Amino acid sequence: MSTNEHIHKQKLTDPPKTVKFKIQRREKEGADSHWETFEVAYRRNMNVISALMEIRKNPVTTDGKETTPPVWDMSCLEQVCGICTMVINGRVRQSCSALIDDLLVATGGNTVTLQPMTKFPNVRDLKVDRTRMFEHLKQVNAWIDLDGSYDLGPGPHISSEVAHERYVYSRCMTCGCCLEACPQYSENQYIGPQAIAQARLFNMHPVGKTEMDERLNGLMEENGIANCGNAQNCLQVCPMSIPLPRAIYETNRDITVNSLFGWLKR
Amino acid sequence: MSSSSLKIAIVGGGLAGLSAAMRIAEAGHEVDLISVVPVKRSHSVCAQGGINGAVNTKGEGDSPAIHLDDTVYGGDFLANQLPVKKMCDMAPQIIYLFDRMGVPFSRTHEGLLDFRRFGGTLHHRTAFAGASTGQQLLYALDEQVRRWEVKGKVNKYEGWEMLSLVLDDNQVCRGLIAMNLQSLELKAFYADAVIMASGGPGLIFGKSTNSMTCTGSAASACYQQGARYANGEFIQVHPTSIPGEDKLRLMSESARGEGGRVWVPKEDGDKRAPQDIPENERWYFLEDRYPTYGNLVPRDVATREIFQVCLEGHGVGGENQVYLDLTHIPADTLTERLGAILEIYEMFVGDDPRYVPMRIFPGVHYSMGGLWVDYEQRTNIPGLFAAGECDYSIHGANRLGANSLLSCVYGGFAVAPSAIEYAKNVERGNSETNGIHEAELRRQQALNDEIVASSGGENQYKIHEELGKVMTDNVTVVRYNDRLQATDDKIRELQERYKNISINDSNLWATQAVPHARQLKNMLELARVITLGALNRNESRGAHYKPDFPTRNDPEWLKTTIAEYSGEGPVFSYEPVDISLVEPRERNYKTSAH
Repeated sequence: MSTNEHIHKQKLTDPPKTVKFKIQRREKEGADSHWETFEVAYRRNMNVISALMEIRKNPVTTDGKETTPPVWDMSCLEQVCGICTMVINGRVRQSCSALIDDLLVATGGNTVTLQPMTKFPNVRDLKVDRTRMFEHLKQVNAWIDLDGSYDLGPGPHISSEVAHERYVYSRCMTCGCCLEACPQYSENQYIGPQAIAQARLFNMHPVGKTEMDERLNGLMEENGIANCGNAQNCLQVCPMSIPLPRAIYETNRDITVNSLFGWLKR
Repeated sequence: MSSSSLKIAIVGGGLAGLSAAMRIAEAGHEVDLISVVPVKRSHSVCAQGGINGAVNTKGEGDSPAIHLDDTVYGGDFLANQLPVKKMCDMAPQIIYLFDRMGVPFSRTHEGLLDFRRFGGTLHHRTAFAGASTGQQLLYALDEQVRRWEVKGKVNKYEGWEMLSLVLDDNQVCRGLIAMNLQSLELKAFYADAVIMASGGPGLIFGKSTNSMTCTGSAASACYQQGARYANGEFIQVHPTSIPGEDKLRLMSESARGEGGRVWVPKEDGDKRAPQDIPENERWYFLEDRYPTYGNLVPRDVATREIFQVCLEGHGVGGENQVYLDLTHIPADTLTERLGAILEIYEMFVGDDPRYVPMRIFPGVHYSMGGLWVDYEQRTNIPGLFAAGECDYSIHGANRLGANSLLSCVYGGFAVAPSAIEYAKNVERGNSETNGIHEAELRRQQALNDEIVASSGGENQYKIHEELGKVMTDNVTVVRYNDRLQATDDKIRELQERYKNISINDSNLWATQAVPHARQLKNMLELARVITLGALNRNESRGAHYKPDFPTRNDPEWLKTTIAEYSGEGPVFSYEPVDISLVEPRERNYKTSAH
């Protein structure tokens, strides 16, 4: 059995008849938030999303109050698109792969608490706007500068080892867990692990390397890499188990080497 | 807008939409890219196993011609052959391009691209990045399009849903209307050409392997405005999915490509754990019945066999499930080549497939049918183009595994020059000033207002559930005419009840209720196209199987189904299939002589 807690899920031996969902509600960005609790019949293998879908059909709180359906984002439901990320029982994760059994085993109760991520504008209820994560990717030129997309023959030979190392970084789905958990991340003071890891992904590529200076320059801006406090929370919450602290360490090393020897290039 | 720069609107930011956007931007023109989710979260991300291209690095004598033959044979000869040929010819350079874009493809010892086997072929033709190839290809295009966004060539409208086309008095497409999914604001997009790349309609079946965005709503809107919809009845049911409460999660064909074996215990209801059942007490029914292709028969064949085995009571524990077994393969090899999909199984089911056989069952996966296009990706509406899963052009009656990523990128690359060529030559006339955009916007606003005001008491989610159930029960693996007729009756009943829905959300900011109501109406329309297309087609071909008409009937049915919208439902006509390159022959995967 895998020891990776993102993957391995525990099962209830004696499941309850119903499960309560305590949801932090907000009508729109800037409005005050409040809590509402819903009760859903327990079903085997149910996850947070299927519970939310059940609530959405007929949104009535445990007090019998008719209310608006909770709003959240969902798409692939296979933990690969990243859109359904929220804070569940105090921990940031994807709601599709948050199985009720596993959550209840961990708490010993029968209530699941759902909150929106806090590092992004809260559009409504559990929905947030993560546009800034894509802006961070622009800041680090997270792409290969192609001559053109027409037929120019095969790409460069790449060893299996490098391909493996890059694959791990390339699985980042821009979900924002690392930013939510990071004590340093905020919009204007630190770019956060995801973009740094993407810079690393392209700096490792034989063609991507040629643009390394531009990427590192993006990270040397005031809101770049400097303010990482090495708390390593990112590593704990990344659903893809990406070695984010390593990417930060290696990128910092590249920046040091670059600034030490950069003048030689001029 | 300068006279040299054209404006092209693309609906959908998956592989097809992004590859078209990249090509149009590269040609110096401007793109408005409209997507319901941030494009990096599009459904292409879910594709797992790989992308086909006859690069022939394994000394097997593979070639684009054999790839063409496998594809049209696998599609039971319903695909027009010239576009398939163009796709297979382009496939190796598409794979090379993705390699140049930095996709971390799995490599050989020498550092070359590695290829694996997939269903419906005897060659190693599938390039792959672990078992998350779709994710990796989508990200590569997302990165390139972001680069064009920074250069000011691509304007992204993420979180916007296309509602309708703007057609002028001559039925020429001049743009579209889309809705902001937060504010519900409607906006008219002016465009010299519009490209649909909006993906498949899996949600019509309720639970499927598709993402929750795959409603087919945008394609259905085009159909309702006069676009032809072709071969709608051809819906691929993937043989191996993981049943779930909220969706059916895909278990990639690459599991079988890497040696996975499908079996059930020889003794019905055998209560032993699968690991405790000795080899000689297992029935490897695919290997047994198809000695040459074994577990890698095409999807329609594997699906029917699994379905039938379960129907006859041989499923594991008497239930609708069979084993997909990888446990004979070294765990390290599995982790390296299939890690991502094995994690999905373990995450959602709890067992580790490296040590315990998976329990799987077929699930709705892909639509071979879609908007009708000609060989230049043009729909029948001038100015409207289509590419990717939302167009019908490549896969015929059944799609081969790892041909979907390829057909999406091929479609994007084929549609871009075609749309540019059209846009260069189209007479703009006064379409930007004559008020047709404003008129269409008002019409769409009125439809939204009607939904908000409606208070008939029907629950739209309940209607969607009922639609999904009746479609899954009757319009998937095995089809009977009486049940298809009953299904259409049911859909019409649901359409009546739809008129009485009331949305249960008094807060219209970022509400899901209004968009879902819009999508549901369009899903119901498309459901009729699928169901009645199946009812009419009295033969069995590829994914379309009728026990009452169990064989392929070329003299009567080697033809493309075309549905056109009318107020009373779809009107059907047929057109001949291009069989100019490969002469149709009986499809038989039991022998090697194919």
